[in-house]
Amino acid sequence: MNTLLLLPILAPLAAAAFAAAVGWRRLSAFVTVLAALSVLMTAVVLGSQIGSGARFGVGHLLRADALTVTMLIVIGTVGTLATWASVGYINAELAHGHTDERGANLYGVLVPIFLAAMSLAVLANNIGLMWVAIEATTVATAFLVGHRRTRAALEATWKYVVICSVGIALAFLGTVLLYFASLHAGASSGTTLNIDVLLAHATRLDPNVTHLAAGLLLLGYGAKAGLVPFHTWLADAHSQSPAPVSALMSGVLLSVAFSALLRVKSVVDLALGAGFLRAGLLIVGLLTMLIAASLLVVQTDFKRMLAYSSMENMGLVAVAAAAGTKLAIAALLLHVLAHGIGKTLVFLAAGQLQAAHDSTAISDITGVLARSRLIGGAFVVGLAVLLGLPPFAMFASELSISRALASAHLEWALGAALLLVVIAFAALVRNGSRMLLGPPDPGAPTIAVPRSVAGALVTGVTLSVALGLTAGPLTQLFRTAATMLGATP
Amino acid sequence: MNQATYTGVLDLAAGAFLLAAVLIVWRRELRAIVRMLAAQGVALATIPLTVGMYQKDAALVVVGVVVLLLRAVVLPLLLARAVGTEDHERRESTPLVNTTASLLITAGLTVLAYAVTRPIIDLDPSPATRAVPAAFAVILIAVFVMVSRRRALSQAVGFMMLDNGIAATAFLITSGVPLIVELGASLDVLFAVLVLGLLTGHMRRTFGGTDLDQLRELRD
Repeated sequence: MNTLLLLPILAPLAAAAFAAAVGWRRLSAFVTVLAALSVLMTAVVLGSQIGSGARFGVGHLLRADALTVTMLIVIGTVGTLATWASVGYINAELAHGHTDERGANLYGVLVPIFLAAMSLAVLANNIGLMWVAIEATTVATAFLVGHRRTRAALEATWKYVVICSVGIALAFLGTVLLYFASLHAGASSGTTLNIDVLLAHATRLDPNVTHLAAGLLLLGYGAKAGLVPFHTWLADAHSQSPAPVSALMSGVLLSVAFSALLRVKSVVDLALGAGFLRAGLLIVGLLTMLIAASLLVVQTDFKRMLAYSSMENMGLVAVAAAAGTKLAIAALLLHVLAHGIGKTLVFLAAGQLQAAHDSTAISDITGVLARSRLIGGAFVVGLAVLLGLPPFAMFASELSISRALASAHLEWALGAALLLVVIAFAALVRNGSRMLLGPPDPGAPTIAVPRSVAGALVTGVTLSVALGLTAGPLTQLFRTAATMLGATP
Repeated sequence: MNQATYTGVLDLAAGAFLLAAVLIVWRRELRAIVRMLAAQGVALATIPLTVGMYQKDAALVVVGVVVLLLRAVVLPLLLARAVGTEDHERRESTPLVNTTASLLITAGLTVLAYAVTRPIIDLDPSPATRAVPAAFAVILIAVFVMVSRRRALSQAVGFMMLDNGIAATAFLITSGVPLIVELGASLDVLFAVLVLGLLTGHMRRTFGGTDLDQLRELRD
């Protein structure tokens, strides 16, 4: 059943080839939507087949287990919504002259390549290959960030490529050191970087070299996940990207990079005990939340506000990973999925607001709810998801993370995290209500909602509500993934 | 190749590798910097070629040839094309840290590299591993170049130096990572440098120069 493992990589690549051949057309855009949908379908089929085991493909280069399935579900869901909305978004950009035919063609090719690279990253059994895939996402998204070719977009692209490449280079150095330690623990050179081989040799890894490797891997993949100290690219890139790309980066890319860290953590924890990465993740996670919460308070730009909210959530995810219990890891995975869908809603809605006003300043926009029920409604639902309000899923995940932190005797971290969550909550509510409520300005432009964007928003709202009411079989999937990652009970 | 020649060639290559990094810190002329980078690529490729010949590992020799082509020829050529033709574009602008201080910092970073790499040498005290502090020193110096230079191209050079340092570490301590990872990583670096080169061109057209101090529109 190798083909099933290859499908989430090959389907988007085929869509990219098709888009390259015919250019930006309605048809090629919908082929990309189909490719994203096939990633989701593959995840569902794999999920129903593998149970608590793992399946390998292409000579053990690829693997599929509960974590892979979880991440493929996130990629497939957000990917489908974002590529669907892209159809209307890019056509509107073309109509307004913000991009030209060449820009649209490039967009049509790069987005599916980006999806394929993320699928490869979560399917890789070889952590070297996983690294290659994550670095490939940087290359694929560079010109997506710079899509509008303005001065600000160029600046954001430069910072994004340079900071992420340096960060991810450190992760490669960490990978090399782990390879070195594993070779000296008796693994054979061809397969040493495979996760199953690393796990089998983990207890014999040299602790001093592994410390160095783990530190570098945390910094490196942390850069791509938006964690300090290499977080500075995030707000710039998210605010300049086209809305569907912002949704993909914020909702999926950050968590794909974090899932790489979870993979590494399962090996390092066996070699060094849980203490080392727990300390590292707590420091990095809480500092990330602190920076994000402070910048949320003073934010005047709504796309940057959403970017910092993503940072805050990734910080919380890092803190949850530090707790490391089964409850914490399962909650973290639910958090990642719910955040992905919620962030997609707000970014897609924000994209239409930006298109209508040609501005991303919070002060320029009022009375959205009264002006467009769909955009306003989607923004409200998305914001409610991100704020962790019941009945949405992040309420449950944040509650579980709190419980897990308390039972892991990390009450101080719980206290600090809760305080920062409350600050971020207040800032989001204040800025959100300023944009959404109130009477509309008489001269305010109409907010256009292309059909495909409307479709993606309605689907996203439905999914958010459904996920909030019941996670269904996903609960079992998340628990299996947590157990497989070596979480303590 | 006997043990003594092997150790000698490796040490010489590692020394030349580090020296090229120091010269890059010293020089301000962008074309000279790119030439130094090509020289560093040659020193880097010498490592897998030597180890490959010593261990009679044909695959590693092939990797060495690929590294030579990529890091000593293709990537420097790409960067050289991105150097502007106008006079003010061909030199690094007034540096944030002056040359003397930069060289002192470089020396300090080299000492730090020796301290950081102790656990690696302790685990496997072979002749190749003993040269790894030079590779780590280049990594640290590269990060310093990236934070202290103000031209887009200098940052790209710093990034390539960082990558050279990591590749040298991999060749010295593990005789290179598995082939598929090596190929993938090389491809990624090639694309990343291509992207940086293209962006430098866009920047020159949009801003009329490549001074990174102009990148200050986005902030909080």
